Amino acid sequence: MKKKSNATTAMVFNTMPEAPQKKKFCRFKKNGIKYLDYKDGNFLLKFVNDQGKVLPRRLTGTSLKYQRKVAQAIKRARHIAVLPFTGDSLK
Amino acid sequence: MATKTKSKKTETVVLKDYESVIIFTPVLSDEQLKDAVAKYRKLITDDAGELVHEENWGLTKLSYPIQKKSTGFYHLYEFRSKPDFISKLELAFRRDERIMRYLSVSLDKHAVIYNQRKRNGEFNQGKKDQKQEGAK
Repeated sequence: MKKKSNATTAMVFNTMPEAPQKKKFCRFKKNGIKYLDYKDGNFLLKFVNDQGKVLPRRLTGTSLKYQRKVAQAIKRARHIAVLPFTGDSLK
Repeated sequence: MATKTKSKKTETVVLKDYESVIIFTPVLSDEQLKDAVAKYRKLITDDAGELVHEENWGLTKLSYPIQKKSTGFYHLYEFRSKPDFISKLELAFRRDERIMRYLSVSLDKHAVIYNQRKRNGEFNQGKKDQKQEGAK
């Protein structure tokens, strides 16, 4: 009995981290995107939470090189009122 | 690095790629808008610059109010000019009451290629598909 319960707990522990562990990748590197257009509000919306804040790399999987470009593009988009600085429900 | 390359090319005029987005007030009539647009087109071409592309987005909704207005006429100029022209251009933008907002950006080589492809209408299917094509 004990062994069985151990096995089940072990299973739980094994599956727990595995389920959300889909390997993240940088979509820019993968797709060979070299330039981010700050005029394309809909595309930039993917890198922003519903308050309009820039999402961290740890969530989007973007590489550092392109995260810098994402941030720059979002800031430009905000300046020309393509993206809002703040918002309640962007998505 | 940049200074080195500059000193080599001092004799020939070095043109850089730029892009300016301007937001005009929505109060303007069609005529006034045309005048304003023509004024800056002239300013760019007069100053030894060359206008690469021009785009009018028409009356567009702003995502937040600027000068208590919620819409604006967007206009985009893509041009090549000498670097010291930008300060002149932006001074003119600032003096113009018809302009609510402007943004001038220097374009790197990837941006120039991207804009070209966009103009040729290669980006008309889904967003992702276009950009994957851009890779190849």
